Amino acid sequence: MNFETIVGLEIHVELKTDTKIMSPAPAHFGAEPNKNIHVTDIAYPGVLPTLNKKAVEFGMKASMALNCDIAPIMNFDRKHYFYPDNPKAYQISQDKRPVGSNGWIEIEVEGKKKKIRVERVHLEEDAGKLTHTENGYSLVDLNRQGTPLIEIVTEADVRSPEEAYAFLEKLKAIIQYTGVSDVRMEEGSLRCDANISLRPFGQEEFGTKTELKNLNSFNFIRRGIANEVARQEKVLLSGGTIQQETRRYDEATGETVLMRIKGSANDYRFINDPDLPEVHIEQEWMDRVRAEIPELPDARKARYVSELDLPEYDAHVLTLTKEMSDFFDATVKAGADPKLASNWLMGDVSAYLNAESKELHDTPLTPENLAQLVKLITDGTISSKIAKKVFTDLAKKGGNPADIVKEKGLVQISDEGTLRTIITEILDANEQSIEDFKNGKDRAVGFLVGQVMKATKGQANPPLVNKLLMEEIKKR
Amino acid sequence: MTLTSKTAAELQALLQKGEVTVTELTNETLKTIEKTEEQIHAFIHVAKEEATARAEQLDQAPADARGPLFGVPVGIKDNIVTKDMTTTCASKMLEDFVPVYNATVMDKLEAAGAINVGKLNMDEFAMGSTTETSFFGNTLNPWNTDYVPGGSSGGSAAAVAAGEVPLSLGSDTGGSVRQPAAFCGVVGMKPTYGRISRFGLTAFGSSLDSVGTFSRTVEDNALLLGVIAGEDDNDSSSSAKQVPDYKAALTGDIKGLKVAVPSAYLGEGVDAEVAATVKEALKVLESLGAVCEEVELPHVQYAPTTYYVISSSEAQSNLSRFDGLRYGYHTENAENLEQAYFRTRQEGFGDEVKKRILFGTYAMSADHHEDLYVRAQRIRTLIAQDFDKVFENYDVVIGPTAATTAFKLGETGGDQLVHYANDVLAVPANLTGRPALSVPCGFVNELPVGLQIMGKHFDEETLYNVGHAYEQATDFHKRTPAIREGN
Repeated sequence: MNFETIVGLEIHVELKTDTKIMSPAPAHFGAEPNKNIHVTDIAYPGVLPTLNKKAVEFGMKASMALNCDIAPIMNFDRKHYFYPDNPKAYQISQDKRPVGSNGWIEIEVEGKKKKIRVERVHLEEDAGKLTHTENGYSLVDLNRQGTPLIEIVTEADVRSPEEAYAFLEKLKAIIQYTGVSDVRMEEGSLRCDANISLRPFGQEEFGTKTELKNLNSFNFIRRGIANEVARQEKVLLSGGTIQQETRRYDEATGETVLMRIKGSANDYRFINDPDLPEVHIEQEWMDRVRAEIPELPDARKARYVSELDLPEYDAHVLTLTKEMSDFFDATVKAGADPKLASNWLMGDVSAYLNAESKELHDTPLTPENLAQLVKLITDGTISSKIAKKVFTDLAKKGGNPADIVKEKGLVQISDEGTLRTIITEILDANEQSIEDFKNGKDRAVGFLVGQVMKATKGQANPPLVNKLLMEEIKKR
Repeated sequence: MTLTSKTAAELQALLQKGEVTVTELTNETLKTIEKTEEQIHAFIHVAKEEATARAEQLDQAPADARGPLFGVPVGIKDNIVTKDMTTTCASKMLEDFVPVYNATVMDKLEAAGAINVGKLNMDEFAMGSTTETSFFGNTLNPWNTDYVPGGSSGGSAAAVAAGEVPLSLGSDTGGSVRQPAAFCGVVGMKPTYGRISRFGLTAFGSSLDSVGTFSRTVEDNALLLGVIAGEDDNDSSSSAKQVPDYKAALTGDIKGLKVAVPSAYLGEGVDAEVAATVKEALKVLESLGAVCEEVELPHVQYAPTTYYVISSSEAQSNLSRFDGLRYGYHTENAENLEQAYFRTRQEGFGDEVKKRILFGTYAMSADHHEDLYVRAQRIRTLIAQDFDKVFENYDVVIGPTAATTAFKLGETGGDQLVHYANDVLAVPANLTGRPALSVPCGFVNELPVGLQIMGKHFDEETLYNVGHAYEQATDFHKRTPAIREGN
């Protein structure tokens, strides 16, 4: 029997506001435990939440970028559960009236485009952090308590691990473009759970689903889903049934491991939070927030292909992050050839960033300097090979590449007289190679070009060397 | 007349002119408290040292920096958070709890020059109407110590009635200011929801809770409310409406005032003598030019049930934070996290609190949520509509504050259900967010009776003016309990 994979995703995204969603405490990483807290975050008697308007706007912005309808009136609800990382014993969240609903994202897998529906986007507080020590104690750090989150819930529209990957990659890019979050999985500002079930092809109703947690990278998500699908398939084919349960992806083995069996659903006893008045989102407010959303990846991608003649692949890679895309736009604006600029950004620049584990803003590189470098190549001042040398300096120290070229004496030798003299000397010293070439060994030319390059420290204009070399050989 | 029997307004006159120093008044007050406490136990904590130090400090303050409550002693219900001073909510759960911050009302009192002389007894977490559910023992009614002072703000009402303080703060979720004010023969105001910041008031039913004010005269009450009312950035449900000059509203002129008297408020369940006393009071108002008419409130009979569902549902949520992990009582008998939660709450909360948490949790549970919580919300809307309709044609709604005079100690066993008839009178003001004032209007068997005046949202001015007009026309507020003789 063949099964169809059904996946729904739940993604938590931390919003990077200055202060928490319901208290004036700072919402930053890296402080000493329990330093970034206000009495509200410890749930002291008598404290009240005060809604951070910025967090609402960030929620609106993300929802709009995900093509959601924005609730004209929304409210906050209390979701109750006892746990030491949850000081009030309730989390302020949105149950019935979330900020965004009915959205979608378009993804592309193997050249096929598809819309994944976003059921809802709701605002909520993050919980604190527990550290379990070896002596049996658990330490509670409430710095993270109250950090604003949005939870994005998709419809069960995802049909393969690849689609899940494509969705998350796209979601990450969109959210990152809006500027409301750093969306870094390694820092926990993007977290994802997957609900996975199988059904025989052609069947209407969904099978029993399992929830997969501990998915700490996009690759683990792809592998985790694939493994869970394989596991369920095996169970079903051997005549077993799937239990509703929560499973954990084990990065070491690549398997999914049972965490807990879900009995009847948790009773969170949702109640409208009486401390927080309804939030009315007027059209004017909505328009203002919408106007702040920059051109999103899909629009940019389309523009790169239609206006700049870039290949689809280049357009896709360049638009994965806003920083890269902004950098590209600025480089082209500074006069660089778009395809060459794209090659550099996807090639040497990305390789450098990966090797150094840096982001563009961590380097002294500027779009102007990269454009200058590209122009030095297009006008023949330096060869692509020399440009790589210049780039090494540029990436480390920044500055005008023309200065680096001058300083290091890297200007390309295109003077025919100078080159002809060098070539004559080399031919005189390598008569055997000339002989070989005339006997049909093409390789000999390569050797001779290499000798010329060596003699000019790589600065000779390669096409010119080729041309002059052939002329001189013919003379002999 | 001794210093401690004076009103806040009278004391102000003396203090501002320097005829009495703050230290003199504070010492007198502390002496009176010490003597009176043996008989009524209104305080959980008397802030002797803090008050004395503050008095000395205020005496040094330049004359032009004296606020409207300069040097006036005020008692604070022990569910209002006071920085560096225990705030117990009359519960074992918070027996030794010393907050690190001040409630907004405390900051405002301090800025106005008032002196906090201590924390007042109450029903545990404000749940009850006799002050008998306090972990620290009950408070006695100053008029007759065989009787309860009412509750939950029993300490706040008794302290004012007994002459320990001229002013005190309480809280009112379902009558907890007005009913003890009536039982103790003092003035008690529950203002409009959102009029006073709730920041620092330990939450019980967040959509119903309000800080309230106690005094011996309407004028004093207006003075106190004027100081603590107003918008607060820390409370999103506080109102941005300007705080009027309440004292300026006390013209005593109520000619043409339209008074609605709900038939249910003087009917079945209300003690006949209390009803007769209130009818006398209505005659007084009529003699001053008011027009009283009977009205119907078709859904008000459901108010108590509605109140219990909503207040308990919100309470189970609000009281969930008391888990012993960050502050407050923590069980010694836990071997794991689950036991720590269960036993801390089992051992730290009293029976009445546990009963409400259980009921609230039941009402909020997935299986009963629609039947109880959601239905109660709908009825709340219907009750609000009943009152909205009445207020289209009337300025105030008047009736007794409580259906009876004070209960005998132990008579009700703290069982809330006994007070059902009282709740019909008390809880609509909370369910509808409307202001309501209780003023003394007579005695039955030497125990005080309260007249409740309920008004339009943010129209505390009319309530004070009606109360003031009535007070000027009668002498009930001048009678003092025997306990005060010699003070």
